Amino acid sequence: MDTPLRDQIATAIADNPTILFMKGTPEQPMCGFSARTVAALQALDVRFAAVDILPDPRIRQELSALSNWPTIPQLFVDGELVGGCDIVMEMYETGELAELLGVDTDGPPVQAPEASPAAGGPAPLSIENRLS
Amino acid sequence: MPTTDELKLRIEAALPGARADVVDLNGTGDHFQATVISDRFDGLGRIDRHRLVYDIFGAEIGGPIHALSLKTLTPADAA
Repeated sequence: MDTPLRDQIATAIADNPTILFMKGTPEQPMCGFSARTVAALQALDVRFAAVDILPDPRIRQELSALSNWPTIPQLFVDGELVGGCDIVMEMYETGELAELLGVDTDGPPVQAPEASPAAGGPAPLSIENRLS
Repeated sequence: MPTTDELKLRIEAALPGARADVVDLNGTGDHFQATVISDRFDGLGRIDRHRLVYDIFGAEIGGPIHALSLKTLTPADAA
């Protein structure tokens, strides 16, 4: 039996410490807001899962219903909605994003762990873990 | 097609005492940026501030209003 899409999205959010729902992919963002959000995460050298919401309009519908947030992109850290592009960019500029993600911006780049957080688990929604 | 004036008036009507400045980012009537100053934002985090504004437009966000970029400030933030 198929897991309802909303449950799959909730599971993806729970299973990935940092997950970005976006238009397009980190390599090929299809929207300026998504592109800016990816750039902020990449500038902090953090590992994040990315979900392209474009292939199926139901992903966006179910995601927004779940998060009570109408726009894309949406960044979740440790299961909590951080915000969209505006909030992520504000927090990037103030240093709050680095703090939230545990990035030491004064020291050498944080070494990402070798093991994918979702390793061995299901890969719902074509989620890929990306290392910038 | 929504206009910057319409968005401004609707935000200011929904959040009494608020001041909203709305810009049409591309001149195409669907990508907007709003700077909203309201004492309703006092004590709220960014997520809740943005939700207060998004909720004014409901399903229009993502529909006729393709994008609404927000800056949400309290009068103290803006001072």
